[in-house]
Amino acid sequence: MTDMTQASIATPARPRRSKRFRWSQVFDHAILCTGAFFMVFPVFLVLMTTSFEDADIVRNGLQFGFEGQMLENFEAAMFEAAGFSKAITGTRMLMNSLILGFGFAIGKIVISMMAAYAIVYFRLRFATFAFWIIFTTLLLPLEVRILPSYEAIQSLGLANTYSGLIIPLIASATGTFFFRQFFRSIPEELVEAARIDGAGPIKFFIDILVPLSRTMIAAIFIIMFVYGWNQYLWPTLITTDEGMFTLVRGIKQIVQVLSQTGAMIPEYGKALALSLIAMIPPVLIVIFFQSWFVKGLTESDK
Amino acid sequence: MAQVTLDRVRKTYPNGFEAVQPCSVEIPDGELVVLVGPSGCGKSTLLRMIAGLEDITDGALSIGTDVVNDKDPADRNIAMVFQNYALYPHMSVAKNMGYGLKNRGASKAEIDAKVQEAARILNLGDYLDRRPSQLSGGQRQRVAMGRAIVRDPELFLFDEPLSNLDAKLRNQMRIEIRALQQRLGVTSVYVTHDQVEAMTMADRIIVLNAGRVEQIGTPTEIYERPASTFVAGFMGAPPMNLMTAALVSGQLQVGGETKLPLTPPAVATDEVLVGYRPEDVRLGGDGSVVLDVQIIEELGANRLLHGQLGGQAFSISIGKDEQAQVGPQPITLPQDRVHFFHPERGTRL
Repeated sequence: MTDMTQASIATPARPRRSKRFRWSQVFDHAILCTGAFFMVFPVFLVLMTTSFEDADIVRNGLQFGFEGQMLENFEAAMFEAAGFSKAITGTRMLMNSLILGFGFAIGKIVISMMAAYAIVYFRLRFATFAFWIIFTTLLLPLEVRILPSYEAIQSLGLANTYSGLIIPLIASATGTFFFRQFFRSIPEELVEAARIDGAGPIKFFIDILVPLSRTMIAAIFIIMFVYGWNQYLWPTLITTDEGMFTLVRGIKQIVQVLSQTGAMIPEYGKALALSLIAMIPPVLIVIFFQSWFVKGLTESDK
Repeated sequence: MAQVTLDRVRKTYPNGFEAVQPCSVEIPDGELVVLVGPSGCGKSTLLRMIAGLEDITDGALSIGTDVVNDKDPADRNIAMVFQNYALYPHMSVAKNMGYGLKNRGASKAEIDAKVQEAARILNLGDYLDRRPSQLSGGQRQRVAMGRAIVRDPELFLFDEPLSNLDAKLRNQMRIEIRALQQRLGVTSVYVTHDQVEAMTMADRIIVLNAGRVEQIGTPTEIYERPASTFVAGFMGAPPMNLMTAALVSGQLQVGGETKLPLTPPAVATDEVLVGYRPEDVRLGGDGSVVLDVQIIEELGANRLLHGQLGGQAFSISIGKDEQAQVGPQPITLPQDRVHFFHPERGTRL
């Protein structure tokens, strides 16, 4: 996204001073190319390395060459049962991660939108107070309250379930804050027009507020999906069953398991393939929602 | 269609500010009443109380035969046009107009028919699939009107609907709204701060000042017989001239020397406020009253002469064919066009 904005700033032509303009363009592109190179290079290196055998990787480290093992490594990463109990495959981990990512993002959006709706539109006695209480939870991230959270989830019998994985994470002060600010910028007359048009609180929320917020929803969805996808600490704590592993924590697990093929070597090829797979969904989400994001920004007016 | 009755309707905010003092008025069926006044006079508050968007502190409001104080806006069978139109930005024109009907459980065919009919009346037929952001200001205004008329309400409420339009469009829409209201025969309450809109559109005008009703009357009554100096100054452009005149032995005097050839009203005060509409004063005369003209404003259809009469500001309006120069000019003050007001209370004498 940063690359795109920079590129669009660099494009407008200044026809009269064409020479200087060309130099600045060269300079801009040099910066862009360097940045892109630094970002893509490690990924490329990993991709090439997945074509080697584990033994090769242990001996020579990451390498640029190309051997015939790439397909086999990806296939093993995706479909071969792994772990101590042989209960998990790459596809299963991918699915777990997707459930966590979507559940996390959608849950956060639903909860924070409803909270913001209540705070902004209803004459609650302590609305402002409630908002600041919610806001101060920013000071209490999961890491601080990890023991009580674990205790609560455990005693509810939600350990090793998707609900246990997602629910403790979906309360979001940031989301509530962004939606609150957005709702406050919606003109009061729109609310009044809807009241006269006979739209009750629920209809107003669904028919008017949600469609108007689609830009915000897309933006928060991107951020929250990636955030949820990258969760490591909480899934590590709450899921002991290997069938519940997410990609992000599963990769490490696989490296720890030693290769079965003769020598006792960690399965680096498979791990690298998995880490590449783990990158794809967040990238797709960003690319997909980016077009929405821009569309929402340019088309909607309040 | 319904008549609207306000019986000592009052609004006091929790902080003690009295936005609208007790106001009683009866609006007969089909009448267009304009609430006019400067910013902060309580005209919008009064309208919003009629709409149900603001609680009524005291008094009774009836639409038709029912007292509707405690009814929801949606149940009052009203429609409102807002200053910024308040169209739903994400809905097409047709959906915007049909939303109220949809919420009332009308069938799709019925909504379609009514929206089509409204679009035909308002010349919006080609725009039904567009979004509000793709329309011009005047078109958005029409959509807002359309949203009001599809519902067949008993009462239209307009909250400064034309103030976001440019001058030319405003004149045009003013006539359109008036024509539409007369054709549909729906009782209407129209809020504006523009006295031209008030004069041209109203069957009756309610002039508000600082939460108080100053005068209720037809445009002609308001203009010809303003009940107070506030009404006199607010309605009419340029505003009415108001001079403080001393009553010296049955003679009105301005600035100590100029005697006004007028019969004074029978009052016990030694001063009165003398009011004249600029167009009621004629240029020329016997020289007993002289206006010291300082500035001449050319308006095309007429000219405004601004100057001093007995040391007080005074303006007159003359036809485009009359000649005028800067400097002292004799003027005539006709007895039958004078307005007298109480010097302290500002009420008409």
